[in-house]
Amino acid sequence: MDLVNAALAVVKGLPLTLLLAVSALAIGAVGALPVSLGLQSRHIVVRLLCRLCVDLVRGIPIIVWLFVLKFGVVVGTFKLDALQSAIVGLGLVSIAYLAEIYRGGIQAVPRGQTEAAEALGLSSRTRLVHVVLPQAFTIVSPSIATYFVGLLKDTSIASTIVVAEMVFQAQSFARQNPTLAGLLPYVIAGGLYIVLSLPVAFASRRLDARLRRAVV
Amino acid sequence: MQLLADWASYLPSMLDGLRISLVIAVISIVAGYALGILLAFGVSVRLAVVRWLCLAIVEIGRGAPALVILYLVYFGLPKVGITFDSFTAACIGLSWNAAAYSSEIIRAGVQSVPRGQLEAADALGLTRRWTLLRVVAPQGLRSAIPGLMGLAIQMFQGTSLAYGIAVPELMKQAYQLGSQNFQYLQVFVLAGLVYALVSVPATWITVFFEKRLGVHRA
Repeated sequence: MDLVNAALAVVKGLPLTLLLAVSALAIGAVGALPVSLGLQSRHIVVRLLCRLCVDLVRGIPIIVWLFVLKFGVVVGTFKLDALQSAIVGLGLVSIAYLAEIYRGGIQAVPRGQTEAAEALGLSSRTRLVHVVLPQAFTIVSPSIATYFVGLLKDTSIASTIVVAEMVFQAQSFARQNPTLAGLLPYVIAGGLYIVLSLPVAFASRRLDARLRRAVV
Repeated sequence: MQLLADWASYLPSMLDGLRISLVIAVISIVAGYALGILLAFGVSVRLAVVRWLCLAIVEIGRGAPALVILYLVYFGLPKVGITFDSFTAACIGLSWNAAAYSSEIIRAGVQSVPRGQLEAADALGLTRRWTLLRVVAPQGLRSAIPGLMGLAIQMFQGTSLAYGIAVPELMKQAYQLGSQNFQYLQVFVLAGLVYALVSVPATWITVFFEKRLGVHRA
Protein backbone atom coordinates (compact mmCIF):
# COMPACT_ATOMS: atom_id res chain seq x y z
CA MET A 1 0.00 0.00 0.00
CA ASP A 2 2.85 2.34 0.89
CA LEU A 3 4.45 1.43 -2.40
CA VAL A 4 1.34 2.43 -4.35
CA ASN A 5 0.97 5.68 -2.44
CA ALA A 6 4.62 6.58 -2.91
CA ALA A 7 4.43 5.78 -6.62
CA LEU A 8 1.27 7.86 -7.02
CA ALA A 9 2.94 10.77 -5.23
CA VAL A 10 6.03 10.67 -7.42
CA VAL A 11 4.04 10.29 -10.65
CA LYS A 12 2.19 13.50 -9.80
CA GLY A 13 5.42 15.29 -10.67
CA LEU A 14 5.91 13.51 -13.98
CA PRO A 15 4.06 16.06 -16.18
CA LEU A 16 6.21 18.91 -14.88
CA THR A 17 9.40 16.89 -15.31
CA LEU A 18 8.47 16.21 -18.93
CA LEU A 19 7.38 19.81 -19.49
CA LEU A 20 10.71 21.08 -18.17
CA ALA A 21 12.77 18.66 -20.25
CA VAL A 22 10.86 19.21 -23.49
CA SER A 23 10.69 23.00 -23.27
CA ALA A 24 14.36 23.30 -22.33
CA LEU A 25 15.26 21.06 -25.28
CA ALA A 26 13.11 23.19 -27.60
CA ILE A 27 14.79 26.41 -26.43
CA GLY A 28 18.19 24.77 -26.68
CA ALA A 29 17.67 23.22 -30.11
CA VAL A 30 16.64 26.55 -31.66
CA GLY A 31 18.94 28.86 -29.70
CA ALA A 32 22.03 26.72 -30.24
CA LEU A 33 21.97 27.16 -34.03
CA PRO A 34 23.07 30.83 -34.18
CA VAL A 35 25.53 30.24 -31.34
CA SER A 36 27.13 27.26 -33.10
CA LEU A 37 27.51 29.36 -36.25
CA GLY A 38 29.02 32.10 -34.10
CA LEU A 39 31.52 29.59 -32.70
CA GLN A 40 32.80 29.09 -36.26
CA SER A 41 32.51 32.69 -37.42
CA ARG A 42 35.26 34.15 -39.58
CA HIS A 43 35.31 37.24 -37.38
CA ILE A 44 37.57 36.54 -34.47
CA VAL A 45 35.67 38.86 -32.12
CA VAL A 46 32.37 37.06 -32.73
CA ARG A 47 34.08 33.68 -32.42
CA LEU A 48 35.83 34.48 -29.15
CA LEU A 49 32.73 36.11 -27.69
CA CYS A 50 30.61 33.05 -28.47
CA ARG A 51 33.32 30.75 -27.12
CA LEU A 52 33.50 32.76 -23.89
CA CYS A 53 29.72 32.71 -23.43
CA VAL A 54 29.45 28.97 -24.10
CA ASP A 55 32.32 28.13 -21.75
CA LEU A 56 30.93 30.44 -19.08
CA VAL A 57 27.42 28.95 -19.23
CA ARG A 58 28.84 25.43 -19.15
CA GLY A 59 31.30 26.30 -16.40
CA ILE A 60 28.60 27.33 -13.94
CA PRO A 61 26.47 24.61 -12.31
CA ILE A 62 22.80 24.50 -13.31
CA ILE A 63 21.67 25.06 -9.73
CA VAL A 64 23.46 28.43 -9.71
CA TRP A 65 21.67 29.49 -12.91
CA LEU A 66 18.33 28.54 -11.45
CA PHE A 67 18.95 30.53 -8.28
CA VAL A 68 20.23 33.55 -10.21
CA LEU A 69 17.11 33.54 -12.36
CA LYS A 70 14.65 32.88 -9.58
CA PHE A 71 16.03 35.31 -6.99
CA GLY A 72 18.05 37.67 -9.09
CA VAL A 73 15.88 38.70 -12.02
CA VAL A 74 13.74 41.58 -10.80
CA VAL A 75 12.77 44.23 -13.33
CA GLY A 76 10.31 46.60 -11.72
CA THR A 77 7.49 44.36 -10.55
CA PHE A 78 8.42 41.58 -12.96
CA LYS A 79 9.87 38.43 -11.45
CA LEU A 80 10.34 34.97 -12.88
CA ASP A 81 8.37 32.35 -10.97
CA ALA A 82 9.98 29.03 -10.12
CA LEU A 83 8.76 27.18 -13.22
CA GLN A 84 9.76 30.01 -15.56
CA SER A 85 13.20 30.23 -13.96
CA ALA A 86 13.69 26.50 -14.34
CA ILE A 87 12.66 26.51 -18.01
CA VAL A 88 14.80 29.54 -18.86
CA GLY A 89 17.77 28.22 -16.86
CA LEU A 90 17.70 24.70 -18.29
CA GLY A 91 17.08 26.22 -21.75
CA LEU A 92 20.10 28.47 -21.42
CA VAL A 93 22.36 25.60 -20.39
CA SER A 94 20.95 23.50 -23.24
CA ILE A 95 21.80 26.23 -25.74
CA ALA A 96 25.44 26.12 -24.64
CA TYR A 97 25.76 22.32 -24.69
CA LEU A 98 23.86 21.86 -27.94
CA ALA A 99 25.83 24.66 -29.64
CA GLU A 100 28.95 22.63 -28.96
CA ILE A 101 27.28 19.49 -30.34
CA TYR A 102 26.08 21.35 -33.45
CA ARG A 103 29.53 22.78 -34.04
CA GLY A 104 31.01 19.30 -33.96
CA GLY A 105 28.35 18.11 -36.39
CA ILE A 106 28.86 20.96 -38.85
CA GLN A 107 32.61 20.43 -38.80
CA ALA A 108 32.12 16.72 -39.40
CA VAL A 109 30.38 17.35 -42.74
CA PRO A 110 33.03 16.53 -45.36
CA ARG A 111 34.65 19.61 -46.92
CA GLY A 112 33.97 18.19 -50.36
CA GLN A 113 30.26 18.84 -49.82
CA THR A 114 30.81 22.58 -49.40
CA GLU A 115 33.25 22.63 -52.29
CA ALA A 116 30.83 20.77 -54.54
CA ALA A 117 28.05 23.20 -53.58
CA GLU A 118 30.37 26.09 -54.36
CA ALA A 119 31.26 24.55 -57.71
CA LEU A 120 27.54 24.30 -58.46
CA GLY A 121 27.30 28.03 -57.82
CA LEU A 122 25.00 27.78 -54.81
CA SER A 123 24.83 30.88 -52.66
CA SER A 124 26.44 30.68 -49.23
CA ARG A 125 23.02 30.63 -47.61
CA THR A 126 21.79 27.76 -49.75
CA ARG A 127 25.02 25.92 -49.08
CA LEU A 128 24.45 26.20 -45.36
CA VAL A 129 20.70 25.56 -45.23
CA HIS A 130 20.36 22.88 -47.90
CA VAL A 131 23.74 21.16 -47.99
CA VAL A 132 25.62 21.44 -44.70
CA LEU A 133 22.90 21.64 -42.03
CA PRO A 134 20.83 18.61 -43.14
CA GLN A 135 23.93 16.43 -43.10
CA ALA A 136 25.10 17.92 -39.82
CA PHE A 137 21.70 17.14 -38.31
CA THR A 138 22.09 13.51 -39.32
CA ILE A 139 25.44 13.39 -37.60
CA VAL A 140 24.33 15.06 -34.36
CA SER A 141 20.89 13.53 -33.83
CA PRO A 142 22.15 10.66 -31.65
CA SER A 143 24.16 13.15 -29.58
CA ILE A 144 21.03 15.29 -29.14
CA ALA A 145 19.16 12.24 -27.87
CA THR A 146 21.98 11.49 -25.42
CA TYR A 147 21.90 15.11 -24.30
CA PHE A 148 18.15 14.89 -23.81
CA VAL A 149 18.56 11.91 -21.47
CA GLY A 150 21.00 13.97 -19.41
CA LEU A 151 18.64 16.95 -19.49
CA LEU A 152 15.80 14.79 -18.23
CA LYS A 153 17.87 13.99 -15.16
CA ASP A 154 18.97 17.60 -14.74
CA THR A 155 15.34 18.71 -14.46
CA SER A 156 15.50 17.19 -10.96
CA ILE A 157 17.58 20.22 -9.95
CA ALA A 158 14.44 22.37 -10.41
CA SER A 159 13.17 20.79 -7.19
CA THR A 160 15.68 22.97 -5.30
CA ILE A 161 13.81 26.11 -6.40
CA VAL A 162 10.47 24.51 -5.47
CA VAL A 163 9.18 23.38 -8.85
CA ALA A 164 6.79 20.53 -8.04
CA GLU A 165 8.37 17.97 -10.35
CA MET A 166 9.11 14.33 -9.48
CA VAL A 167 11.93 14.80 -6.98
CA PHE A 168 10.00 17.57 -5.22
CA GLN A 169 7.00 15.26 -4.92
CA ALA A 170 9.26 12.48 -3.65
CA GLN A 171 10.65 14.85 -1.03
CA SER A 172 7.26 15.94 0.23
CA PHE A 173 5.99 12.36 0.39
CA ALA A 174 9.07 11.35 2.37
CA ARG A 175 8.50 14.24 4.74
CA GLN A 176 4.91 13.16 5.39
CA ASN A 177 5.96 9.53 5.92
CA PRO A 178 8.86 9.47 8.32
CA THR A 179 8.56 5.69 8.64
CA LEU A 180 10.17 3.11 6.40
CA ALA A 181 7.87 4.24 3.58
CA GLY A 182 9.97 7.42 3.38
CA LEU A 183 12.68 5.49 1.57
CA LEU A 184 10.37 4.39 -1.24
CA PRO A 185 9.75 7.65 -3.16
CA TYR A 186 13.48 8.14 -3.80
CA VAL A 187 13.85 4.60 -5.09
CA ILE A 188 10.76 5.01 -7.26
CA ALA A 189 11.88 8.41 -8.59
CA GLY A 190 15.32 7.04 -9.42
CA GLY A 191 13.78 4.04 -11.17
CA LEU A 192 11.36 6.25 -13.09
CA TYR A 193 14.19 8.39 -14.51
CA ILE A 194 15.90 5.22 -15.70
CA VAL A 195 12.66 3.95 -17.25
CA LEU A 196 12.03 7.32 -18.92
CA SER A 197 15.46 7.35 -20.51
CA LEU A 198 15.03 3.88 -22.04
CA PRO A 199 12.68 4.90 -24.90
CA VAL A 200 14.87 7.91 -25.72
CA ALA A 201 17.96 5.72 -25.87
CA PHE A 202 16.04 3.21 -28.00
CA ALA A 203 14.74 5.92 -30.34
CA SER A 204 18.23 7.33 -30.63
CA ARG A 205 19.62 3.99 -31.75
CA ARG A 206 16.78 3.57 -34.28
CA LEU A 207 17.26 7.11 -35.53
CA ASP A 208 20.98 6.61 -35.81
CA ALA A 209 20.58 3.42 -37.84
CA ARG A 210 17.93 4.92 -40.12
CA LEU A 211 19.77 8.16 -40.78
CA ARG A 212 22.94 6.27 -41.52
CA ARG A 213 21.08 4.18 -44.11
CA ALA A 214 19.59 7.35 -45.62
CA VAL A 215 23.01 8.90 -46.16
CA VAL A 216 25.09 5.97 -47.29
CA MET B 1 32.95 50.11 -6.86
CA GLN B 2 30.28 49.37 -4.27
CA LEU B 3 29.71 46.03 -5.98
CA LEU B 4 33.38 45.09 -5.74
CA ALA B 5 33.50 46.11 -2.07
CA ASP B 6 30.43 43.94 -1.40
CA TRP B 7 31.95 41.04 -3.27
CA ALA B 8 35.18 41.41 -1.29
CA SER B 9 33.17 41.13 1.91
CA TYR B 10 31.43 37.96 0.66
CA LEU B 11 34.61 36.36 -0.54
CA PRO B 12 35.92 34.82 2.73
CA SER B 13 32.83 32.69 3.37
CA MET B 14 32.55 31.88 -0.36
CA LEU B 15 36.12 30.60 -0.35
CA ASP B 16 35.36 28.52 2.75
CA GLY B 17 32.53 27.00 0.74
CA LEU B 18 34.76 26.51 -2.28
CA ARG B 19 37.25 24.62 -0.13
CA ILE B 20 34.53 22.19 0.95
CA SER B 21 33.31 21.85 -2.64
CA LEU B 22 36.82 21.02 -3.78
CA VAL B 23 37.36 18.49 -0.98
CA ILE B 24 34.11 16.72 -1.87
CA ALA B 25 35.05 16.79 -5.56
CA VAL B 26 38.52 15.34 -4.92
CA ILE B 27 37.23 12.60 -2.62
CA SER B 28 34.47 11.56 -5.00
CA ILE B 29 36.78 11.66 -8.03
CA VAL B 30 39.52 9.57 -6.37
CA ALA B 31 37.11 7.07 -4.80
CA GLY B 32 34.80 7.10 -7.82
CA TYR B 33 37.49 6.51 -10.42
CA ALA B 34 39.08 3.72 -8.37
CA LEU B 35 35.70 2.04 -8.12
CA GLY B 36 35.09 2.88 -11.79
CA ILE B 37 38.15 0.87 -12.86
CA LEU B 38 36.89 -2.13 -10.88
CA LEU B 39 33.40 -1.75 -12.34
CA ALA B 40 34.74 -1.39 -15.88
CA PHE B 41 36.23 -4.86 -15.62
CA GLY B 42 33.52 -6.15 -13.29
CA VAL B 43 30.79 -5.84 -15.92
CA SER B 44 32.57 -8.39 -18.11
CA VAL B 45 33.51 -10.86 -15.38
CA ARG B 46 32.45 -14.44 -16.09
CA LEU B 47 30.79 -14.90 -12.69
CA ALA B 48 27.16 -13.88 -13.28
CA VAL B 49 26.47 -12.59 -9.75
CA VAL B 50 29.40 -10.18 -9.84
CA ARG B 51 28.59 -9.11 -13.38
CA TRP B 52 24.96 -8.30 -12.58
CA LEU B 53 25.88 -6.50 -9.40
CA CYS B 54 28.40 -4.32 -11.24
CA LEU B 55 25.90 -3.66 -14.02
CA ALA B 56 23.25 -2.61 -11.51
CA ILE B 57 25.65 -0.24 -9.74
CA VAL B 58 26.65 1.32 -13.06
CA GLU B 59 23.15 1.62 -14.50
CA ILE B 60 21.63 3.09 -11.35
CA GLY B 61 24.56 5.46 -10.88
CA ARG B 62 24.23 6.70 -14.46
CA GLY B 63 20.50 6.51 -14.89
CA ALA B 64 19.25 8.18 -11.72
CA PRO B 65 19.94 11.90 -11.27
CA ALA B 66 22.79 12.68 -8.87
CA LEU B 67 20.37 14.68 -6.74
CA VAL B 68 18.12 11.64 -6.28
CA ILE B 69 21.10 9.53 -5.26
CA LEU B 70 22.15 12.17 -2.73
CA TYR B 71 18.62 12.33 -1.30
CA LEU B 72 18.45 8.56 -1.20
CA VAL B 73 21.69 8.31 0.76
CA TYR B 74 21.01 11.24 3.08
CA PHE B 75 17.24 11.17 3.62
CA GLY B 76 16.36 7.62 2.55
CA LEU B 77 18.92 5.33 4.16
CA PRO B 78 18.30 6.58 7.73
CA LYS B 79 14.82 4.99 7.42
CA VAL B 80 16.51 1.61 7.39
CA GLY B 81 18.87 2.58 10.17
CA ILE B 82 21.88 3.69 8.12
CA THR B 83 22.69 7.30 8.96
CA PHE B 84 25.45 9.46 7.51
CA ASP B 85 26.24 13.10 8.18
CA SER B 86 25.65 15.35 5.19
CA PHE B 87 29.30 15.60 4.15
CA THR B 88 29.78 11.82 4.12
CA ALA B 89 26.47 11.34 2.32
CA ALA B 90 27.56 13.82 -0.37
CA CYS B 91 30.87 11.99 -0.83
CA ILE B 92 29.15 8.60 -1.05
CA GLY B 93 26.48 9.76 -3.49
CA LEU B 94 28.84 11.63 -5.78
CA SER B 95 31.44 8.83 -5.67
CA TRP B 96 28.76 6.44 -6.86
CA ASN B 97 27.91 8.84 -9.66
CA ALA B 98 31.57 9.25 -10.62
CA ALA B 99 32.18 5.49 -10.46
CA ALA B 100 29.29 4.76 -12.82
CA TYR B 101 30.27 7.34 -15.44
CA SER B 102 34.00 6.70 -15.24
CA SER B 103 33.53 2.95 -15.63
CA GLU B 104 31.80 3.58 -18.96
CA ILE B 105 34.57 5.93 -20.11
CA ILE B 106 37.26 3.45 -19.06
CA ARG B 107 35.43 0.56 -20.71
CA ALA B 108 35.19 2.52 -23.97
CA GLY B 109 38.91 3.30 -23.68
CA VAL B 110 39.82 -0.33 -23.12
CA GLN B 111 37.65 -1.43 -26.02
CA SER B 112 39.36 1.09 -28.28
CA VAL B 113 42.65 -0.82 -27.90
CA PRO B 114 43.15 -2.42 -31.33
CA ARG B 115 42.65 -6.20 -31.50
CA GLY B 116 46.09 -6.55 -33.05
CA GLN B 117 47.61 -5.51 -29.73
CA LEU B 118 45.92 -8.45 -28.01
CA GLU B 119 46.95 -10.82 -30.76
CA ALA B 120 50.52 -9.58 -30.57
CA ALA B 121 50.53 -10.10 -26.80
CA ASP B 122 49.18 -13.59 -27.38
CA ALA B 123 51.83 -14.30 -29.96
CA LEU B 124 54.51 -13.17 -27.52
CA GLY B 125 53.13 -15.65 -25.02
CA LEU B 126 52.13 -13.08 -22.41
CA THR B 127 49.76 -14.34 -19.73
CA ARG B 128 46.23 -12.94 -19.53
CA ARG B 129 47.09 -10.90 -16.49
CA TRP B 130 50.24 -9.50 -18.00
CA THR B 131 48.39 -8.62 -21.19
CA LEU B 132 45.78 -6.76 -19.20
CA LEU B 133 48.23 -4.88 -16.98
CA ARG B 134 50.98 -4.08 -19.45
CA VAL B 135 49.22 -3.91 -22.82
CA VAL B 136 45.52 -3.17 -22.48
CA ALA B 137 45.43 -0.97 -19.37
CA PRO B 138 48.13 1.55 -20.35
CA GLN B 139 46.70 2.12 -23.82
CA GLY B 140 43.06 2.01 -22.74
CA LEU B 141 43.50 4.38 -19.84
CA ARG B 142 45.49 6.74 -22.01
CA SER B 143 42.64 7.20 -24.43
CA ALA B 144 40.23 7.52 -21.50
CA ILE B 145 42.16 10.45 -19.98
CA PRO B 146 40.38 13.35 -21.77
CA GLY B 147 36.99 11.84 -20.92
CA LEU B 148 37.97 11.36 -17.30
CA MET B 149 39.23 14.95 -17.10
CA GLY B 150 35.95 16.20 -18.50
CA LEU B 151 34.04 14.09 -16.01
CA ALA B 152 36.17 15.49 -13.18
CA ILE B 153 35.01 19.00 -14.12
CA GLN B 154 31.41 17.78 -14.19
CA MET B 155 31.92 16.23 -10.75
CA PHE B 156 33.24 19.52 -9.39
CA GLN B 157 30.13 21.27 -10.68
CA GLY B 158 28.03 18.41 -9.34
CA THR B 159 29.19 19.17 -5.81
CA SER B 160 26.77 22.13 -5.98
CA LEU B 161 23.97 19.56 -5.60
CA ALA B 162 25.22 18.86 -2.08
CA TYR B 163 23.42 22.14 -1.34
CA GLY B 164 20.28 20.01 -1.36
CA ILE B 165 21.46 18.01 1.65
CA ALA B 166 22.72 21.01 3.62
CA VAL B 167 26.46 20.60 3.13
CA PRO B 168 28.03 24.02 3.76
CA GLU B 169 29.65 24.10 0.32
CA LEU B 170 29.90 27.07 -2.03
CA MET B 171 26.25 27.16 -3.06
CA LYS B 172 25.00 26.84 0.50
CA GLN B 173 27.31 29.63 1.64
CA ALA B 174 26.00 31.84 -1.14
CA TYR B 175 22.43 31.10 -0.17
CA GLN B 176 23.15 31.94 3.46
CA LEU B 177 24.78 35.24 2.53
CA GLY B 178 21.81 36.02 0.32
CA SER B 179 19.30 35.34 3.05
CA GLN B 180 21.21 37.66 5.37
CA ASN B 181 21.41 40.70 3.12
CA PHE B 182 18.83 39.93 0.38
CA GLN B 183 21.37 40.76 -2.32
CA TYR B 184 20.57 37.45 -3.99
CA LEU B 185 21.60 38.49 -7.50
CA GLN B 186 25.03 39.74 -6.43
CA VAL B 187 25.70 36.75 -4.23
CA PHE B 188 24.68 34.09 -6.74
CA VAL B 189 26.48 35.82 -9.60
CA LEU B 190 29.64 35.84 -7.48
CA ALA B 191 29.13 32.16 -6.65
CA GLY B 192 28.72 31.44 -10.36
CA LEU B 193 31.92 33.31 -11.15
CA VAL B 194 33.82 31.34 -8.50
CA TYR B 195 32.60 28.07 -10.04
CA ALA B 196 33.48 29.34 -13.53
CA LEU B 197 36.92 30.46 -12.36
CA VAL B 198 37.71 26.83 -11.53
CA SER B 199 35.90 24.96 -14.26
CA VAL B 200 36.51 27.15 -17.34
CA PRO B 201 40.34 27.04 -17.15
CA ALA B 202 40.05 23.34 -16.31
CA THR B 203 38.04 22.87 -19.52
CA TRP B 204 40.72 24.61 -21.54
CA ILE B 205 43.38 22.34 -20.01
CA THR B 206 41.27 19.33 -20.94
CA VAL B 207 40.95 20.53 -24.54
CA PHE B 208 44.72 21.02 -24.65
CA PHE B 209 45.31 17.45 -23.43
CA GLU B 210 42.74 16.08 -25.83
CA LYS B 211 44.64 17.64 -28.72
CA ARG B 212 48.03 16.45 -27.46
CA LEU B 213 46.87 12.90 -26.89
CA GLY B 214 45.15 12.93 -30.27
CA VAL B 215 48.41 13.67 -32.08
CA HIS B 216 49.85 10.24 -31.45
CA ARG B 217 46.66 8.45 -32.38
CA ALA B 218 46.41 9.90 -35.87
